[in-house]
Amino acid sequence: MRLCCRIQDCWNRPIASAPGAWIDVMDREDIAGKYKSTRKLGFTGKLQRCLNLGSYNYLGFAAADEYCTPRVIETMGQWGISTCSSRAEGGTTPLHQELEELVAEFLGVEDAITYGMGFATNSASIPALCDRGTLVLSDALNHTSIVAGVKAGGAAVKVFRHNNVRHLESLLRFHIAEGQPRTHRPWKKIIIIVEGIYSMEGEATPLAAIVALKKKYGAYLYLDEAHSIGAMGATGRGLCEHAGVDPRDVDVLMGTFTKSFGSAGGYVAGSKRLVDFLRRHSPAHLYAASIAPGAAKQIISALKLIRGDDGSERGAAKIKQLHDNSNYVRQQLLDMGLHVLGDWDSPVIPIMVYHIGLLATLSRMLYSRHIAMVVVGFPATPLLLCRCRVCISASHTREDLDYALDAIRDLVRAAGLDYANKGGGGGGLRGAWRRWAKGGFRLRLIPDGLLAGGRPHAGKGVVAATAAAGPASRRSSDGASSSCSGGGGAGDGGSSCSSSSGSVSAETSRASSVAGSWGSGVVVADEKLLVGPKEAAALACIPAVVPAAIKAAVA
Amino acid sequence: MRSPALSLNALAGSLRDLDAAQIILAIQALRLRPIREAWREFWDIFGPGGKLHPGWFIEHQGHLFIEGGLMAIILVLFFQSGYRPKKEQEEEPLTEKEIDELCREWKPEPLVPDVTEEDRLPDPPVIEEWESSHWVTVAGRRALNLAAADFLGLGNDPAVQVAPPRSARGVRVRAAARATVERYGVGSCGPRGFYGTFDVHLQLEHDLAAFMGEEEAIIYSYDIATIASVIPAFASRADILVMDEGCSYPIQQGAKLSRARVYTFRHNDAADLEALLERIEAEERRERKPLVRKMIVVEGVYSNTGEVAPLKRIHELKERHKYRLCVEETHSFGVMGPTGRGACEAAGLRPGQVEIICASMSGALGSVGGFCVGHSEVCDHQRLCGQGYCFSASLPPYLATAAIEALRILGTPDGQLLASKVRAASSALRAALASGVPGLRLAGAAAGPGAASPVLHLHLAPGAGAGGGGGGAAAAGALRRVADALLNEHGLFVVMPRYSVLDEVHPPPSVKIVVNAALAEEGRVEQVAHAVREAAAGALLSGS
Repeated sequence: MRLCCRIQDCWNRPIASAPGAWIDVMDREDIAGKYKSTRKLGFTGKLQRCLNLGSYNYLGFAAADEYCTPRVIETMGQWGISTCSSRAEGGTTPLHQELEELVAEFLGVEDAITYGMGFATNSASIPALCDRGTLVLSDALNHTSIVAGVKAGGAAVKVFRHNNVRHLESLLRFHIAEGQPRTHRPWKKIIIIVEGIYSMEGEATPLAAIVALKKKYGAYLYLDEAHSIGAMGATGRGLCEHAGVDPRDVDVLMGTFTKSFGSAGGYVAGSKRLVDFLRRHSPAHLYAASIAPGAAKQIISALKLIRGDDGSERGAAKIKQLHDNSNYVRQQLLDMGLHVLGDWDSPVIPIMVYHIGLLATLSRMLYSRHIAMVVVGFPATPLLLCRCRVCISASHTREDLDYALDAIRDLVRAAGLDYANKGGGGGGLRGAWRRWAKGGFRLRLIPDGLLAGGRPHAGKGVVAATAAAGPASRRSSDGASSSCSGGGGAGDGGSSCSSSSGSVSAETSRASSVAGSWGSGVVVADEKLLVGPKEAAALACIPAVVPAAIKAAVA
Repeated sequence: MRSPALSLNALAGSLRDLDAAQIILAIQALRLRPIREAWREFWDIFGPGGKLHPGWFIEHQGHLFIEGGLMAIILVLFFQSGYRPKKEQEEEPLTEKEIDELCREWKPEPLVPDVTEEDRLPDPPVIEEWESSHWVTVAGRRALNLAAADFLGLGNDPAVQVAPPRSARGVRVRAAARATVERYGVGSCGPRGFYGTFDVHLQLEHDLAAFMGEEEAIIYSYDIATIASVIPAFASRADILVMDEGCSYPIQQGAKLSRARVYTFRHNDAADLEALLERIEAEERRERKPLVRKMIVVEGVYSNTGEVAPLKRIHELKERHKYRLCVEETHSFGVMGPTGRGACEAAGLRPGQVEIICASMSGALGSVGGFCVGHSEVCDHQRLCGQGYCFSASLPPYLATAAIEALRILGTPDGQLLASKVRAASSALRAALASGVPGLRLAGAAAGPGAASPVLHLHLAPGAGAGGGGGGAAAAGALRRVADALLNEHGLFVVMPRYSVLDEVHPPPSVKIVVNAALAEEGRVEQVAHAVREAAAGALLSGS
């Protein structure tokens, strides 16, 4: 909890605008609580306009849309805010029926059932499919909702290595041959559960290979397309289209409406028999309130737009724009020498950091440069594989993306994230070892170049340093675009500057940061350090290009 | 050396003819010289200073050889495979060919079983037209909606396009929601942690906490995901959950996901709860089990029966036995209690006395989603550990705004008056239906007319009407006729709850009536009670 309090400002940042290409993030500051562990964040009352690289607004339907929004408002007038009943108990309207027909038609399967929440779509429909005697083969990186659903169903679970078809096959063969544990009766059925695009990896699942495998062994396939529906494939029909697989070969197609469609809820689509069973027995259909009519209409109109039913090319253009944007950013990031995960066309682009102490600082520095980006560390990822994640939207213009790339380029240089350039290949322990060995086995608790910038942390041991850094940090949180972001120059610049200045406070701050700071990872050094010759050069190299939107916001 | 010479002298004395000294010398020369020399040579090598003397060996680091040798022996022993007695029926692993054959032979069952004819239910009713949540058109007939849980009608009111507004309340809600859609769009496009927190979410959490008189509130984006996430956040393996046996599916799922030890007590039976708590305590003490977290989970108003839990008594028990209490208030929030805070308030409990209170926002707030209120620690913990909170997209902002407005209205004297009317109507309808309905039995009627639970379940009375007391399907058919008669002849839309095969609770079939503001405000209690009586008489008697 104490650690969490130090870095809590990097997550849960509230926003006060539509989650479109640019968002207004509500600025926060620490309020000293009674105890350190109960320290809270309070609002300064200011809004900071940031480029949104965090929301799952893939097709740009999040903000008001000229086609969707009037229809949603009209529907709310006609059907109210909520039906306040479950689908089975008077919560079914013609809107819901139309939505289900449309989804089934769009996906090219027989029938579909919809729910009011993406998480519950998994956690309340999987239990109906896998009872005792079922074996679930689940990808190692599957989403929590899938894990919850399988747990609630009572099936046996075996985990196969992420995206590893060979391991999946060996597990299939072994378990079919062995049967159920202890009794050795044959399994009733085997369900393979994979995701279309993994939200933390940006990688698509090798669908064609898995479909071949499941046909060969008679298993069933459950494909969670939460992140891929609408975003992958030339017409947005998800991973099946992207991988050239017949959607009828996938037994259960699941997806959400939260991401590409800018609404809420989820669907399960497949054969008539499957959907009939779920309509009879799925708890979310029987007990949970149905999708709000307004949200349902938003999905319907977004789907129609994607299919081109409105008579324009806007939907197709959005998908093309999304793919262009994603591939452009991915290429640029790769050129910078970053370790970037994921497949082409995937709108989720994780950048590997491998250094948990860096996360908070990166997030703060990006925020101070008006970029809202997600950083993910333990426990969402393994301890050493923490990362930043860029989510691309069709509503980003090339100018927006260039602005983001410029900022990332500076940070990469400052933080030394361009691992691919250093030849220290590979992630995890081996990569870290190679990089360390290449750097002459130096102990680097603070990455080079990060001695300036970021926020001071208010640990006991660094009172002096914090006081000295006060003005600097205030300046950065004011958001005066480029004041102290960037920090020292590339490579060894940062570390050498602290020793060359010979300043006592710099030394103490460094030592205390080593001792006390896990969260912030970095302590702002003496103000003097910021204006050394090297830093002046570093500041000069920050591009002065700030889009007009920011200037307006700052003014 | 000397004693052999002496013995030789003795020998020589007996042989007088020989010169004794000569013999001794001869023998010495013959036998002892080579031995002595050999000994000397030997001593040169093995004696002190010799190359094979242990001293030399030690001086010249010879111990290293010995130690090395010992080390080698240790290593050999160490890497030796352990001794394992051979099992009698040790099997050879399957060959690839055999596995291939087994894989070919394996025939999976279908992914889902067919819905059996017995299990198959008629398609759920479709609302064809929506005047408000209280007046709908079903099967071509305008009817009073007694199925929706929108008790107060705060979320929905007549739309401008369909009919002139009946009151200003609903219009205000819609205006707020509409403004939010125009500003924020529909979806939130992200989980709360990753730029999915909107200012309206924080506002709603603040307002909910203030309304409930608690420190903090946390909102979830779906009603059934709320309690199913809250329970696993506060109970894990080895912890103890004590639940009412009539708890609804979301609570069962939460208990299952937590993997805690679950004990159930008889439905709404505080005496059984007390006995159970004492039994658990005795068992814990006997087996010297380590201290674990213990929680009692009940519903304020049970969705499966409409009965009110004896919360006052349960609170006493949990205080005495040092348990925590979690109350699901979906069907009581906004209606029960002097200020509409729910069943806990109705039972005379102050805010803070119940650790965790969860409720759905698709009840009295007329929106979508769920919330949980409690201490700051309780809510903060869920922000990291509530699965449905962390790993799901947040509530669409416009639904949050609608809930904020509804809550604000509920807080006004106007809203309080409305809530009290619904309470009065619930009690009145309950009293009217508790007796004198031919062939039907009201669940929880034994509890007395005091309870103001707005959810009423009517079961088939034992031995009554068409095939009453027979199989579940026959009872369901009879009740369906009652529901159809209510809709077609009296313009009242009621539903029959359905239960999933996953649900561990399978109450007998029932007709569910939800009391709402339209019923209360327009003084229709008598009319509804009369209609139910007539429909029951008609359907059940004509059927036989």
